[in-house]
Amino acid sequence: MTAIPLLSLITWSPFVGALLIMFTARHRPLAVRLIAAATTGISTVLSLWIYMAYDREGAGFQFYEKLPLVPALGISYELGADGISLVLVLLTSIIIFSGVFASWTIAVRSQEFYALLLTLVTGVFGVFVALDLFVFFLFYELAVLPMYLLIGIWGSTGEIRPRGIFAWAYRETGVGTKEYAAMKLTLYLLFGSAFILVGIFALYVVSGASSFSFLDLEAATFDRGLQRWVFLAFYIGFGILAGIWPLHTWSPDGHASAPTAVSMLHAGVLMKLGAYGVVRLGMGLLPDGARDLVWLVGTIACINIVYGALSAMAQTDLKYVIAYSSVSHMGIVMLGAATLTEAGLNGSVFQMFAHGIMTGLFFALVGLVYEKAHSRDIGKMGGFGRAMPGIATAFTVGGLSSLGLPATAGFVAELLTFLGSWRSAHPWWLLPAVAGTFLTAVYVLRVAKQIFWGPPSPHFHHLEDARGPEWVALVVLVAVLVVFGMVPALAIATIDTATVGLLARILAP
Amino acid sequence: MSATDHALHVLALPFAAFVILAVLPWLRRKGRAAGWLSIIAVAVALYRALTVWAGGGRGEATWAWIPADGGPIATVGVLVDELSAAMLVLVTLVSLLVQIYSLSYLDRETPPALGRYYTYQSLFAFSMLGLVLSPSFLQMFIFWELVGLCSYLLIGYWYDRPSAARAAVKAFWITKLGDLGFVVGIVMLWASTGTFEFGALFRMAAERTLPAAGLGLIMVLIYLGAVGKSAQFPLHVWLPDAMEGPTPVSALIHAATMVTAGVFMVTRAMPLFRLVPDVLALIGWVGAFTALLAATMACVEGDIKRVLAYSTVSQLGYMMAAAGAGAADAGFFHLLTHGVFKALLFLAAGAVIHAVGTNDIFRMGGLFRALPQAGVVFIVGTLALTGVPPLAGFFSKEAVLAGVWEGRMTGPFLMLALTAFLTAFYMFRVIFIAFFGRAHAESHPHDAPPLMAGPLWVLAGLTVAIGLRFVVAGAGEHHGPGWLAPLSIGLALAGFLLATAMYQRRLLEPARLAAVFPLNVLDVMARHRYGLDALYAGLYRALILGFSRLIGWIDRYLVDGLVNFGSAWTLRAGDLLRRIQSGRAQDYVYGVAFGVLLLFVWAQWVRR
Repeated sequence: MTAIPLLSLITWSPFVGALLIMFTARHRPLAVRLIAAATTGISTVLSLWIYMAYDREGAGFQFYEKLPLVPALGISYELGADGISLVLVLLTSIIIFSGVFASWTIAVRSQEFYALLLTLVTGVFGVFVALDLFVFFLFYELAVLPMYLLIGIWGSTGEIRPRGIFAWAYRETGVGTKEYAAMKLTLYLLFGSAFILVGIFALYVVSGASSFSFLDLEAATFDRGLQRWVFLAFYIGFGILAGIWPLHTWSPDGHASAPTAVSMLHAGVLMKLGAYGVVRLGMGLLPDGARDLVWLVGTIACINIVYGALSAMAQTDLKYVIAYSSVSHMGIVMLGAATLTEAGLNGSVFQMFAHGIMTGLFFALVGLVYEKAHSRDIGKMGGFGRAMPGIATAFTVGGLSSLGLPATAGFVAELLTFLGSWRSAHPWWLLPAVAGTFLTAVYVLRVAKQIFWGPPSPHFHHLEDARGPEWVALVVLVAVLVVFGMVPALAIATIDTATVGLLARILAP
Repeated sequence: MSATDHALHVLALPFAAFVILAVLPWLRRKGRAAGWLSIIAVAVALYRALTVWAGGGRGEATWAWIPADGGPIATVGVLVDELSAAMLVLVTLVSLLVQIYSLSYLDRETPPALGRYYTYQSLFAFSMLGLVLSPSFLQMFIFWELVGLCSYLLIGYWYDRPSAARAAVKAFWITKLGDLGFVVGIVMLWASTGTFEFGALFRMAAERTLPAAGLGLIMVLIYLGAVGKSAQFPLHVWLPDAMEGPTPVSALIHAATMVTAGVFMVTRAMPLFRLVPDVLALIGWVGAFTALLAATMACVEGDIKRVLAYSTVSQLGYMMAAAGAGAADAGFFHLLTHGVFKALLFLAAGAVIHAVGTNDIFRMGGLFRALPQAGVVFIVGTLALTGVPPLAGFFSKEAVLAGVWEGRMTGPFLMLALTAFLTAFYMFRVIFIAFFGRAHAESHPHDAPPLMAGPLWVLAGLTVAIGLRFVVAGAGEHHGPGWLAPLSIGLALAGFLLATAMYQRRLLEPARLAAVFPLNVLDVMARHRYGLDALYAGLYRALILGFSRLIGWIDRYLVDGLVNFGSAWTLRAGDLLRRIQSGRAQDYVYGVAFGVLLLFVWAQWVRR
């Protein structure tokens, strides 16, 4: 416990940045970017600091802060971080720091763009460190809502031809436009929030502790039947954000329409909010419910893995490929958690980190390719490797991590998940998970070959490699993927401090 | 310094070269300077490897890699024993020679491309060394995948050629298919034993405490990894296509080192495979069948590199057959000698290709006069491959045949014997067509420049020297029954004579011979690679791509369709309900009256 409120500083620094941008940097685009870089830089440095300062022997929630807000209702501003939160806070700061540089070239209304982006990041940090469920929920909404504006205003519109028996519905809802994507994403996530809110209130009322504090609720015991229902509510509510099948369809449309930094943040970090919610609230507060329902979580996760990979393979729009790959990889996250084994749960959290970095890298690269080539149509591309060797290399590293190649973070995460699956109550989960890695190898290498290999495509001229600030995101993210892949203990030693205790509670007789 | 420290140095040198080249673009883009850095690193590594090998020190050192509560879940480290020490020397030696050779072979490349080449080469050397030093299945798998990555990158070195791009992904996918088995196998093995480490597993095997249930399945799955990597039937299809890469890469990765990883793994894990004799028998049969099948395809191939590639597949089958028969030593011995003389053959072929600018043997001819150095070393390599005493290949091939015979595997033995005959035939076919025969007037090729000739002569010298060493030591005599040596020499001679008759003396017209039943059927089938490539392509298109399109459609138009259906109906319902708000007071009064009526009905009849 430290006198300086480090977690608050990390959480609110981007928000202060957003305010500064709104009030001091009108018509000064460079100042906007510098403020954004500086305030997210502060969060990044402090995240690294607490990551290193965390007492791994002591484990538990550290850097604790508490400030009563509404004592009558038991609501207080209560923050703390354990091994799982620390890794995710680190992930968030790396992604947002890179994201600021990846959207350096945004031209339209950059002031509002950065302000919204930074507000959103405050929400994300807040979710990961909040220990009071009421505050948790506020942060959660803060992380979701700005997305509507970010996609609706700065997004891009694709083309989806209405077909099949529901074609009329496609015409009516305007599928493919950025407004549609923004609305779909927001409505879907709010729909999920309703489940979460009900779940939180149910626990608050039933516990009788008249406290929203996670620690108080953790100490309370709940009836097994109630636990099942509330776990299911949390699973659906958070699961929507984590992209569980068949509630995932907001994600490809949303990620494909969103501007680069928003896709990075959304696929890289926000989807992890969902998984984090299932693990932290679902499994942490409802051990019996979790134990009874993991069969569902794991089975759906297997569907996610294979289905997402096959869908990704079928796409012709580069951004959709990456978006569907997230659906597939979030399956690994959920599967690892569902194994209820130490290896699997560590793999799950590590995959949250690995996938966050990897997909952030992918969306940054797609943004760059789009910026240079003004197209996302894979079929037209070809031979880009000659003109953009740096982008091609970074794409390859991201792809290799995605297909689980050793020496990248993706491998460690998948391996741990495999180990956990085979030792879980449902060993067959291993097979779809492994098949998913093969399918990933097929679509990732196919796309890489189509875009970067082969003779130069006649459709494109004057392509160039990444330049200046654009390199920051690529270099940082590639380095993180490789370093954490080679020395996984950097993350797993921290994650393990939290997962062991969590499992002990779930598996306790 | 202990042996493990030396081994770590061997490992660290190419890794350092790789990291330097990867993070310093300006150095990498200098091309030749990058090459020399990589060469120096691997040369020092060779020196260290020789120290390890000759020093005789053995040992193991491991460090925690993935932590877990109550001890690490996975470790990494180095294991130095006879097996890995010999492999260290082979890998560093062939790497060094190939890297020197490449400087001259790739002299027409741009500096950045050359720098990229040497970056990959350093990564490969590191990965392959890490593989052979692995003390655990997991570490072996890690480096196994990394050498696969290098293979992918180097096959696709000329990435703007569509054929190279295709071959690179094909190699990756097919080997990955085998690796699925490998990873499932080691996960299952870990779940039942709690460890990945060879030492612990072998101890359990020796003490008979290894859980027997499912061990057969586990070992078959692990073997699947070797089927992919060592190009065993039916996953051998990637290796001939891998010849799209530069020839020195083929010599190093697709002949001498990486493709032998499967054999190495089976040899390393022999104490476990021995517990499941049925799996060993499977390995033996598949190996022998692969040897024969690949040899028939080599007989009808016109591309000099592809002939050598099929020959590699065939010889890998030899090694696997020996391992399957329980004579892993013989298989490993053949791995070492084959590594030397097959690298020699590839590099000699590279010298030819570099000089004449084509891979097609029918567009060569009479090259022995123009390229005497390449011709001589190619013949030395061929004699070693066909098993002519006193060259290196004779002793190892003899050992393999003896091992298979003594393992009482008659079927595989006969297949391998037939392969020996075919090997001599297809190799001398190449020699007669390319090096003798009528010269093509239009070309005036020049013999290998010194940087290429040097490695060739070193390898040729080693091929002879290893053989002579066995002659002097008198080894090879106590192998197998007495009729074996005459038989294998006789088979090689028969193959040579047939090739002479067909391609040198022109006593038999190849086309006429190929038209005779049943050779005509075999000829057509071998030329179409027994339809396996087409089968894989068909499966890929129909099964994977077809299924992905189906799922993609379902996701877009059914799963998401339902979502849009819901939202469209919400919009419509809003539209309909809006009309209720007509603004006319009498409509509202009707509504109220209807509601009261309903309440009345409900209270009067339903509620009772």
